[in-house]
Amino acid sequence: MISKDELADILIPLCPMFVLVDATGHISRVGPTLQKLRPGRAMQGLRFLELFELTRPRMVTTFDGLLAVSGAKLHLRFCDQPHTVLKGAIVALPENGGAIVNLSFGISVLDAVRDYALNSADFSATDLTIELLYLVEAKSAAMEASRTLNLRLQRAMIAAEEQAFTDTLTGLKNRRAMDHVLGRMISAGKAFALMNLDLDYFKSVNDTLGHAAGDHVLQQAARIMVEETRDEDIVARVGGDEFVLIFDRLLDQDMLGRIADRLIKRLEVPIAFGDHTCRISASAGSVFWRASGDPQADQLLHEADLALYAAKHAGRACHRFFHPDMRDGGRGGDGPAIGVCRVDRATGS
Amino acid sequence: MHGLINRAIQTFVCQTYGTDRWRQVTEAAGLGFAEFEAMLMYEEDQTRRVLEALCADLGHSRAGVLEDLGTYLVSNPHVEALRRLLRFGGVTYVEFLHSLDDLPDRARLAVDDLILPKLELREQSPGQFSLSCGPGLPGFGWVMMGVLRTMADDYGALVLLEYQGMCQEFEVITITLIETSFAEGRSFELGARAG
Repeated sequence: MISKDELADILIPLCPMFVLVDATGHISRVGPTLQKLRPGRAMQGLRFLELFELTRPRMVTTFDGLLAVSGAKLHLRFCDQPHTVLKGAIVALPENGGAIVNLSFGISVLDAVRDYALNSADFSATDLTIELLYLVEAKSAAMEASRTLNLRLQRAMIAAEEQAFTDTLTGLKNRRAMDHVLGRMISAGKAFALMNLDLDYFKSVNDTLGHAAGDHVLQQAARIMVEETRDEDIVARVGGDEFVLIFDRLLDQDMLGRIADRLIKRLEVPIAFGDHTCRISASAGSVFWRASGDPQADQLLHEADLALYAAKHAGRACHRFFHPDMRDGGRGGDGPAIGVCRVDRATGS
Repeated sequence: MHGLINRAIQTFVCQTYGTDRWRQVTEAAGLGFAEFEAMLMYEEDQTRRVLEALCADLGHSRAGVLEDLGTYLVSNPHVEALRRLLRFGGVTYVEFLHSLDDLPDRARLAVDDLILPKLELREQSPGQFSLSCGPGLPGFGWVMMGVLRTMADDYGALVLLEYQGMCQEFEVITITLIETSFAEGRSFELGARAG
């Protein structure tokens, strides 16, 4: 039978956090790494349960009780600060010779290595702590790289989405964006006014002065529409010279009528392009959605279109509100449409 | 080629020679972009073209550029994490050398699609080693020259390195350890976290 000291010398390189406890429950030897955790306090001679508080198994309060669970897995922590949590295994020595307890940090190892300034010499050759620390650092670095990539991708996605929803010539929303917003407003049950607006005589600008002039006119027209609407309204270019305006929560017919008139009036102001002057006007048709019933976006757009045809039919350069009579191919000009028609100022020639 | 490797080349050039230089290099290489993403894969050919353009731009040999890259990887504070990971290999320079055998496996443990060439250390006689770098990353031996030299400083060891060239398909480096504790070395704490 080997002596306690011989046993301790064997244990040092194999499990440097061992505790040899004698039959009375007092510590006779501890491994060097364990002692390193309490540099100012010799562990030898202390009662095991005075140094460590057992958290599992819970019922055990005496060292004899501990010996009785020989082979069990222990959860314990230091009684004094810092209360580092440890895992352990206890094996009773034969002939009432006390016990060997082998301790390890378990999941608290990351903090322990930092708090106690441990290094690889403090762990046995078979201990996987160094590999674990390595893995934690390597994974954090890899995760950080992934996170950076994710952030960049997210920014790129937002930029791409914005681009996909923007008409690049005018900076207005495009048809996709308009469909998207309209669908969202309908399903959110928001009240709004929808206006279809066509530029009149735009084609002749394009044909006589060229596409560059046409593009310039579209940009100026877009600017005017943005200026004449509020931030919460939507202005979209949905075709060559076709625009859709959505007025959030605007249900006042007089007010929308005035906005339409002002838009048309400003669009009729001649636009200079080089040595030339471009003259256009606009026709518009509007419909209100009062957030009741079950409308389809298509249906609303169609009704606004009918009102727009009525305005064109009435000689262009004017604005009409949708009226159900328009559905049966009725002539908008005769219906109870509201809005002032200014045919006389329309041609701009 | 793994984005991490491309990204390493990018940060090396940006930190050492400036971002304008890097942009020049990527343009000369016909990359079509200036930012490698660390976690994406790229064509082998793109890396080759970047290295070629870099050598031409700097007027340095490929060997010199790759060795500088190796030095940068373990000495620059921007990539402190890598130096720390290598220091996990051992308490002494010799232990570190022996841990190189595990390096490709360790790398794969962290990033499973990062394949590094096989490394094999042989101890010819006490203080005399040879390191064979397997195929996969042409010129990796030169990068390792920079890494080995800088890590020797890090451990405070005095070593003599020689690039022996290709032996079959392995790049071979001989390492002569003259003194294990020649200088103080840089401190390494296991529990510290890389910034």
